[in-house]
Amino acid sequence: MLTVEALSSSYGRIMALREVSLEVKAGEIVALVGSNGAGKTTLLRAISGVQPVRGGRILFEGEAIEKMEPHLRVVRGISQSPEGRQVFGPLSIEDNLKLGAYRRQDARRQARLDHVYGLFPVLAERRRTPAMSLSGGQQQMLAIGRALMAGPKLLLLDEPSLGLAPLLVDQILAAVTSLRTEGITTLLVEQNASAALAIADRGYVLETGHITMEGTGAALLDDPKVRAAYLGL
Amino acid sequence: MSEFLQLAFSGLTVGAIYALIALGFTLIYNASDVINFAQGDFVMIGGMGTVFLMAAGLALPVAALIAVVAAVLVGLLLHRLAIEPARGASPVTLIMITIGASIFIKGVSQIIFDKQFHSLPAFSGDTPIPVGGATILPQSLWVMGTALALVVALYLFLEHTLVGKAVLATAANRLAAKLVGINVALVLALAFGLSAAMGALAGVVATPITLTRYDIGTLFTLKGFAAAMLGGMGNPVGAVVGGLLIGLIETFTAGYLSSTYKDAVAFLMILVVLLFMPRGLFGSRTVERV
Repeated sequence: MLTVEALSSSYGRIMALREVSLEVKAGEIVALVGSNGAGKTTLLRAISGVQPVRGGRILFEGEAIEKMEPHLRVVRGISQSPEGRQVFGPLSIEDNLKLGAYRRQDARRQARLDHVYGLFPVLAERRRTPAMSLSGGQQQMLAIGRALMAGPKLLLLDEPSLGLAPLLVDQILAAVTSLRTEGITTLLVEQNASAALAIADRGYVLETGHITMEGTGAALLDDPKVRAAYLGL
Repeated sequence: MSEFLQLAFSGLTVGAIYALIALGFTLIYNASDVINFAQGDFVMIGGMGTVFLMAAGLALPVAALIAVVAAVLVGLLLHRLAIEPARGASPVTLIMITIGASIFIKGVSQIIFDKQFHSLPAFSGDTPIPVGGATILPQSLWVMGTALALVVALYLFLEHTLVGKAVLATAANRLAAKLVGINVALVLALAFGLSAAMGALAGVVATPITLTRYDIGTLFTLKGFAAAMLGGMGNPVGAVVGGLLIGLIETFTAGYLSSTYKDAVAFLMILVVLLFMPRGLFGSRTVERV
């Protein structure tokens, strides 16, 4: 479904991604793990089109999209929940969610809204309040819910568990697993590597801008180097 | 008392014009962080355009419509040719670009139109309407009515349509706006077009009172900017309140002190706001919760 080939990107002179290649197949959950500053967020932003690319290709369902405007990528079915509570602060929770469906005003919008409220009941309770009045964890839920409102084929989740209570982390990762049964493919970026690899079919390890390891989720979980570097074992 | 009322009426009339210009500032600033110093020139294009089209034989409504459309085109071109290519430039650079654009618009207007002052006949005659011992000109009602209608229309657009909310979303968080699929470039163009339309309409209804000339935009820009600053840059309610306040203070100064100081009031207000309350009356942009 998604093929990234030798993708490079930089902030000024600093190379953030060096010839990164990876693949996400339809129906998979793929985890991207790595330490802070390894380039995980840069990669997701490049896939969404909000981070300029220096070289390489991004293919989505066979179509080259690396030069496509961000909003057209959303139309193609790529939706991202960005890192760090990027909500529309002054707008209400419900408006935030409805804007998530900006490019998909179809008959199923209400059903998706109900689905998101089912996933995160706290959002339903406070649907009229401005998003900036939510706690950090609730804003994170809102960002994920907003990404789901686009009815994506490929969901990019950047640090969905950041700032969430452990119980909520389990809940969100369980939600990701259940999304697969609805036909949503997920590329998951996580610092919480053990939790991410546990639910992932396959995983990639990103270090200082390039992929250093790849394998099935289980294999990476058992790998001594991964265990030492990212799982603290 | 009747003198007070008289001054208040004319203050609210000019204030309504300033409010529309300040709203134009607000709309563009929120969507793009640009402070558009060509805002007052849209007022001029609306007024001068209507004057010359009427002189060419068109009826007022047709002439006004064409003039407003022309202003919108200028606004869109300003965005497309001057602002968009400088995407990512510093705010100071962008401000200088808009000042340059303003000078350019004045230069071209001087050639297309002329260097004379022009006026339009009042839309509904010149017979003053007595109100509580004072009088109000029918044209003042046109100005205030137009301003009110535009403010309400803008509010309904922003709060009750999906595209309007996309404008608010872009103002709140541009990255997230792109990620949900909002075409941010289109939203910015929309902001410039709407601001131009509001300014031009203000120019059409104000010209019978204020007169117009190719270079009248500068003063409108500065008054509107003062109003937006006073209200709190970026806050639409602040823009309207700031506009009305600047209009009132200006008229009362002219009435009770001397009309010599009339134009100084707006600049004094800019200084006062910058020194003592840089966030304005309705301090916009609350600090994000961490």
